[in-house]
Amino acid sequence: MGRITLDKVTKRFGEVEVIPPLDLTIEDGEFVVFVGPSGCGKSTLLRLIAGLEDVSGGEIRIDGRDATEVPPAKRGLAMVFQSYALYPHMSVRKNIAFPLRMANMDKAEQDRRIESAAKVLNLTDYLERRPGQLSGGQRQRVAIGRAIVREPAAFLFDEPLSNLDAALRVGMRLEISELHERLKTTMIYVTHDQVEAMTMADKIVVLRAGNIEQVGSPLDLYRSPRNLFVAGFIGSPTMNLLEGRAAQAHGAHTIGIRPEHLDLSRESGEWSGVVGVSEHLGSDTFLHVHDTGLADIVTVRASGEVELRHGDRVFLTPQADKLHRFGENGLRLA
Amino acid sequence: MARAVSTRRKWITTVVAWALALLIFFPILWIILTSFKTEAEAISTPPSFLFFDWTTENYGTVQERSNYFRHFWNSVVISIGSTVIGLIIAIPAAWAMAFVPGKQTKNVLMWMLSTKMLPPVGVLVPIYLIFRDVGLLDSRLGLIIVLTLINLPIIVWMLYTYFREIPVDILEAARMDGAALRNEILYILTPMAVPGIASTLLLNVILAWNEAFWTLNLTAANSAPLTAFIASYSSPEGLFYAKLSAASTMAIAPILILGWFSQKQLVRGLTFGAVK
Repeated sequence: MGRITLDKVTKRFGEVEVIPPLDLTIEDGEFVVFVGPSGCGKSTLLRLIAGLEDVSGGEIRIDGRDATEVPPAKRGLAMVFQSYALYPHMSVRKNIAFPLRMANMDKAEQDRRIESAAKVLNLTDYLERRPGQLSGGQRQRVAIGRAIVREPAAFLFDEPLSNLDAALRVGMRLEISELHERLKTTMIYVTHDQVEAMTMADKIVVLRAGNIEQVGSPLDLYRSPRNLFVAGFIGSPTMNLLEGRAAQAHGAHTIGIRPEHLDLSRESGEWSGVVGVSEHLGSDTFLHVHDTGLADIVTVRASGEVELRHGDRVFLTPQADKLHRFGENGLRLA
Repeated sequence: MARAVSTRRKWITTVVAWALALLIFFPILWIILTSFKTEAEAISTPPSFLFFDWTTENYGTVQERSNYFRHFWNSVVISIGSTVIGLIIAIPAAWAMAFVPGKQTKNVLMWMLSTKMLPPVGVLVPIYLIFRDVGLLDSRLGLIIVLTLINLPIIVWMLYTYFREIPVDILEAARMDGAALRNEILYILTPMAVPGIASTLLLNVILAWNEAFWTLNLTAANSAPLTAFIASYSSPEGLFYAKLSAASTMAIAPILILGWFSQKQLVRGLTFGAVK
């Protein structure tokens, strides 16, 4: 079981309040992603849950029990670090065995768990190696192995994929998602990468300056961002945010329209502009449209086969039901 | 970064380095040479450098007159004892300063170091009196205590610089893996810091081995280490240079050999943090 409840949790470093009072409930078995720009407090929040930082106020409950003052070793949580944090002087086997050794588990059971974790993570051939002899992806798998053998109440991931190259990152992302499917254990995952958040999470927590901006499923956040910050943060490429007369025409201070929700035409449309850079990704083409009189650049998603060139005039029409309207205070209008 | 060095410059550097090394090593070399001379040759002018009648008679006389091995054993017990106790105290202290620093940590470190700036003679009388009252005069235990305390600031400082190089993530990982503080220090920190601990240990053994002020002032016969053994060959018995040299050679030989074989560790220890 791994239900984690934060009740008015606060963190101050000296005079600076990095996490203002914050409430959050993470249900058992949920995959929750904390996402936000760097310095938003997401890692601090994770470390508070882990017990690696002391809370300045409030209460953390794990499965209903108050864990606020419980040391990290006793919280029954496992953590995977960005730097992998493997023990360099121990073999892979000893690294994975370490938490079991600390729990005084008998040797036979230790071996059984190590073998099974190694099998799941494709580490069987590397058990006798030292971390220094492994690649980045393998190291990260060892770190995950070390976390899963002790069957924790919840896994905490602190930007685990940031040190991997792009191709490996996509692979490991899938592996972690599959692991969650198989284990059904609560996972809390910190990242600044909204793609990771969107692809992996059951529930995303968007943070800014220690405040929760919005909590919801990836599609909730995509479909109805609560404010301009979430609108701009979730989705790739980012949502076009337009002010001025275009917004006034829709009765809002700011309107947001995602690149995939703009209809493109060569003949007519609500707005017009000139094609600047076009990025061909194969499946899609992203056009950067200038001189619309709305914003510096409006990004539009077109089909992969579109034959538009630099300097071509195009017309854009937002899909009315996909238009997001925001008031002067940045909040979403009903 | 590799930089091309001209052959000429390489030659000059090599010659200068050898000249300096010989200059520094010369007194030791001279002691060793003198120890193989007769007393007459030892004080002859001009002194003979290599062409004299080599004799080992001084070594025999020295061993006959005073028991070298007893002093040697005292030195071993005192230097290793004080170093090991020092490490046992310093490892947790350096851990705390490196990984859970408080507002005063820097000040505490400076304060510890400042005790090394005090001339030892300033506390000789109180320590002597305390030792007399508790019966620690001329005991190995007493010397171990004094040398531990004297070298503790250096041990803590050295370990502190080493520990600071260890990523805190790894210690936090151990904590998350269920390791209590004792296990974190025992199974993770200490093995990772082995090179640092080894050079600290070596340097301290050398410092303790060569320590003369306290060993001379607090010992008489029973617990006198090799420093006292050398000193016993000075003035009271007249100036027997050859025998004094033989005694000195015997006293410095063990530490010279230890230093020779561990020079890599030592250099790394002494320059740690300065060159990375």
